[in-house]
Amino acid sequence: MTPALDILGLKKSFGGVAAVKGIDFNVNAGEAVALIGPNGAGKTTCFNLINGQLKPDAGSVSLFGENITSRSPEALFRAGVARTFQITATFATMTVRENVQLALMSHNGSATKVFCFATSQHAARADVLLNDVGLQSQSSRPCAELAYGDLKRLELAVALANDPRLLLMDEPTAGMSPQERDGLMQLALTVCRERKLALLFTEHDMDVVFKFADRIIVMNRGRLIAQGRPDEVRANEEVRKVYLGSTHV
Amino acid sequence: MTALLVQTLNGLAAASSLFLVAVGLSLIFGVTRIVNFAHGSFYMLGVYIAYSVATYFGNAFGFWGGVLAAGVAVALLGVIVEVAILRRIYAAPELLQLIATFALVLIIKDAALYIWGPEDLLGPRAPGFTGAVEIFGRPFPTYDLLLIVLGVAMLFALTTFIKRTRFGLLLRAATEDREMTDALGVNQKLLFTAVFALGCFLAGFGGALQLPREPATLNMDLNIIADVFVVVVIGGLGSLYGAFVAAVIISLVKAYCIGLGNVAMFGVEFEFSKLTLVAEFIVMALVLVFKPNGLFGRPFSHPRASEVIETPIGKPSNVQYATLLVGLMLAASLPLVFDEYTSVLATDVLIFALFAASLGLIIGTAGLGSFGHAAYFGLGAYGAALAAKAGFGFAPSLVCGVALSLTASIVFGWFCVRLSGTYMAMLTLAFAQIVWSIVFQWDAVTGGSNGIVGVWPPELFSDRDNFYWLALALCGAGVLFCWWIVYTPLGYALRASRDSQVKAHAIGLSVMRLQWAAFALAGALGGVAGAIYAFSKGSISPDVSAIPRSVDALVMVLLGGINTLLGPVVGAAVFTWLQDTLARSTEYWRAVLGAIILLLVMVFPKGIVGSIQSLTASMKKRSAA
Amino acid sequence: MKTKSFLLAALIAAVGLPASAQSTIKIGEINSYKAQPAFLEPYKKGWELAQDEINAAGGVNGKKLETIFRDDNATPGDAVRVAEELVSREKVALVSGTFLSNVGLAVGDFAKQRKVLFIASEPLTDKLTWATGNDYTFRLRANTAMQTAMLVPEAAKLNKKRWGIVYPNYEYGQSAANWFKKYMTSQSTSGIEFVEQAAPLGKIDAGSVVQAMLDAKVDAVFNVTFGADLQKFVREGNTRGLFTNRPVVSLLSGEPEYLDTLKDETPAGWIVTGYPVMEINTPEHKAFRDAYQKKYNDYPRLGSVVGYATVKSIAAMLKKSGSTDVAKMQGAMKNLEVMSPFGKITWRAQDHQSTMGAYVGKLAKKDGKGVMVDWRYVDGKTVQPTDDEVKRLRASAK
Repeated sequence: MTPALDILGLKKSFGGVAAVKGIDFNVNAGEAVALIGPNGAGKTTCFNLINGQLKPDAGSVSLFGENITSRSPEALFRAGVARTFQITATFATMTVRENVQLALMSHNGSATKVFCFATSQHAARADVLLNDVGLQSQSSRPCAELAYGDLKRLELAVALANDPRLLLMDEPTAGMSPQERDGLMQLALTVCRERKLALLFTEHDMDVVFKFADRIIVMNRGRLIAQGRPDEVRANEEVRKVYLGSTHV
Repeated sequence: MTALLVQTLNGLAAASSLFLVAVGLSLIFGVTRIVNFAHGSFYMLGVYIAYSVATYFGNAFGFWGGVLAAGVAVALLGVIVEVAILRRIYAAPELLQLIATFALVLIIKDAALYIWGPEDLLGPRAPGFTGAVEIFGRPFPTYDLLLIVLGVAMLFALTTFIKRTRFGLLLRAATEDREMTDALGVNQKLLFTAVFALGCFLAGFGGALQLPREPATLNMDLNIIADVFVVVVIGGLGSLYGAFVAAVIISLVKAYCIGLGNVAMFGVEFEFSKLTLVAEFIVMALVLVFKPNGLFGRPFSHPRASEVIETPIGKPSNVQYATLLVGLMLAASLPLVFDEYTSVLATDVLIFALFAASLGLIIGTAGLGSFGHAAYFGLGAYGAALAAKAGFGFAPSLVCGVALSLTASIVFGWFCVRLSGTYMAMLTLAFAQIVWSIVFQWDAVTGGSNGIVGVWPPELFSDRDNFYWLALALCGAGVLFCWWIVYTPLGYALRASRDSQVKAHAIGLSVMRLQWAAFALAGALGGVAGAIYAFSKGSISPDVSAIPRSVDALVMVLLGGINTLLGPVVGAAVFTWLQDTLARSTEYWRAVLGAIILLLVMVFPKGIVGSIQSLTASMKKRSAA
Repeated sequence: MKTKSFLLAALIAAVGLPASAQSTIKIGEINSYKAQPAFLEPYKKGWELAQDEINAAGGVNGKKLETIFRDDNATPGDAVRVAEELVSREKVALVSGTFLSNVGLAVGDFAKQRKVLFIASEPLTDKLTWATGNDYTFRLRANTAMQTAMLVPEAAKLNKKRWGIVYPNYEYGQSAANWFKKYMTSQSTSGIEFVEQAAPLGKIDAGSVVQAMLDAKVDAVFNVTFGADLQKFVREGNTRGLFTNRPVVSLLSGEPEYLDTLKDETPAGWIVTGYPVMEINTPEHKAFRDAYQKKYNDYPRLGSVVGYATVKSIAAMLKKSGSTDVAKMQGAMKNLEVMSPFGKITWRAQDHQSTMGAYVGKLAKKDGKGVMVDWRYVDGKTVQPTDDEVKRLRASAK
């Protein structure tokens, strides 16, 4: 079976300093994979190479066998890649429902229409998505008024608008309370299972990682140092060293 | 060859004072993010004050003391302006400070007229530097040599000051990284005031140094401000070296254009000296196309946070439909109630309402900067006028005007949307100035500075009331279209690109193409306004595409309230009516207009409509609670 | 929506009371008072002096003259709107004024369209009375071609081969440069060469321009710049020695508006057109100067003469027409003879141009101030093209 996301030999350096030194891994459909590592490990760079924010120096990114290396964020969206941001990014001057509607319009190629009301577009579909993330009661509120946890859920709803095959979540639970974290991750996991989409996320919180990831990929100093099921990774000597900070000794 | 060398020295001398004035503006912008239109006025005041002091004493002490005094006096004025006015509106939407400084331009101009009178004042030569020395066998003014030395010395002094002092560190921090300033625990208010004072000092000082080279006149403010903006942008906003290099480049390009004079190229006689009218803008456009952040500039990581005042739009409510209908009926009945002149004035209001609304589409809905919207107004007017002169009928001429401005906005827009923020705004200004200079100089086609006369509508519409109704139909349709766009998917996509560009990309929106479309659309609608304007006046001249026209439109949008539907229309009505009324009833109408704008800005920091909206919203909230 | 009702309220406030005085004749005077105060403040004083004199003598046809002054914001669009207001709301008998050529042309065309009489006082563009001249527009001041023609005989006498021309880069400067080249070429048998420098108005890089003239090895200079540009050009030229052994012929530089600011920089020996205000002692000028000094405690400038002569011409025209009927006023303007501070002038019927001339002389320094010496008055009628030429120029109108 072709993996949903296949990373091969990905490299990136900034001004001579190598941030990512050749990484290979993959994510399968319906699987939740966490990408972790200490600060400066290169996981954010790696993540941005996949989501189109950065262009790799070498290596390839494939989606179900289709080469999507160096594609712009817009093109990745069209190819079925969705993402959420570490610092939530939403359209503050629109309502919750309008945020989702706009993503649906973009997905359906109707975002440049000028002969209809935007709020009449895909309203029912937007409500379904909002319902899925539990925001149905807030759909008419300006999203500038939303609580942080709700904004995260809105981001997820927006991310689902293009029926993604791959969902990239950058630090999805950053800034949330422990209860909210579990709620959001449970939601993401449900989506991943039900829609058979590949989920790749970075995360600082190890509890979240070990609780929700099917597989964990550990990076350090631009290299992949371990990957496997949570219990395997937990037992890995090198990972323990990295996280205990004893590698310098 | 020696001629070229001497022209180089001429250029360097001119660059010195340009650098001093520009670096002040650059520092102010870097730290406070204020686009200070009044910087040229501070420069002008510097020349006048230096003149007064120098002629009062009439000796060397008076001259050099006057130069310093001018700098200090202008710095003090800068402190007053910053504390009394600008500080109160830092929280307001970006660009609002721009119209506050525009109001200051009006006030300072009239104040200078009142204090120093209307006649040009030619100052004394600099004591000790009155003559010339032989350089390459040509007499060269010693004062120009002094200026060259002073310019370089000031560059080093400023660099050292900024590198070595704590104030300099804070200044750099505030320019490059806002979070770092916060971390340093800076009294931001004090820093802003200090930087504003420093910038003003440099403007006044740079002006005073010009005293032996040019007379104090009331036109110096606007004559220099565009050049100074150009220098700051070419060099890179906030960059000291950039300002210096850019001032040198521009001054040299002009000096060489003059030095070349008439040259026969490929069998065609070309007058290079005529290029001096627009050289700096051509240089700026070229630099920005290849270096989107100027020569030494960096992209700004932390633009000053501006409060988003827009609330979700949704669909127009029944109340809105009803008010629109009533409003239209009232507008349509205007000529039945009032006299002919009311129709004439109201026609102007309608035209400017459409012009402002089209600008609002760019700077409000799409959130892009534009300082050169007059380009499309002007091209619409000229396109229509030229077509009418070529024998086309009324309607086809209007279409020609719109087609011309649409074409231009498509071409210019393609370049502009590749830049961001102030750089983009300045590129629009550069294009507008290039359009202006072509119109201004292409005598055979556009009638040059005299423009085109005899552009009247057909007999039916020569009646002022009939023309008003026509303008109401056309401009009204245009304004409605601007409003309509906001409710459509395109409008939503544009606002999305403005609210969060990364997110817009992530949901598959081609931000650049959307912005390009908005640019083209706004240009075309601005062209509609221009085309109707030509026929309403019967004649046009290059001022239709000049900087003041662009600034007027900005003032209208911001005065009315950016990001509000009614804002540009209300702004256009208030501004046009104020100007008409004040110009008729008071002698110092410019200062009064400035003072009223200033007052409106302070009372309505979100624009008239924006402030009323948030007031009613908070009242509703309170009554609900 | 709210806008419209707001607009309506604003307009109600703007309407004011309609003026209805029947015992006066109203003149609508449109000018760029704020943009060009150096010329127009004395202009307005001269205007009011003449109006006071006329009204003190009982007015015209038993009615007093009343002037409504309006600022045109230095743009043609605003000027046309103001003209609409004057005509439709203030019901003025005629409009007058304007300083800038583009504004003058716009108001002239408005006059034609609305069939209103327009007495242009100052704008210099040739087009106003020739290429776009019309039946409703008359002009007082000698146009660019006439001003240039006054200087050409003097320039020709210098017998120089290589002329440098410095002019402000807009229609007035371009037109003056072109007339100069045309007249000089037609006067000379041997070839004359021209080296041109077009400087942006108000922004001349004088050092570079002077340098370029020196490098081009010109024998003589024709200067068209004025105001701030002139002052910069003169100072740089003095410092860099452009004017030593190099004669200069210069337009308008002898006018007090431009000469007075030069003070001890005044370049002696320049051949100029201008207005030697303190030295003209003809009875009509002495009377004017004395009255002006008495009223304002200041000497008149050229602007004062232009304002004064415009009002005197309007009064004489009204006396002749005996009515404010447009057709009658148009008729009265033709061949109207008026006594101006410069002597008798005639408003020509063929092109609606007055024959008011200017003074040609040389600049000199006296007590640290610039004065004109060896001057003579050049009557405007002596520097006109032939009537055939005028007919041809005006044929292209419409």
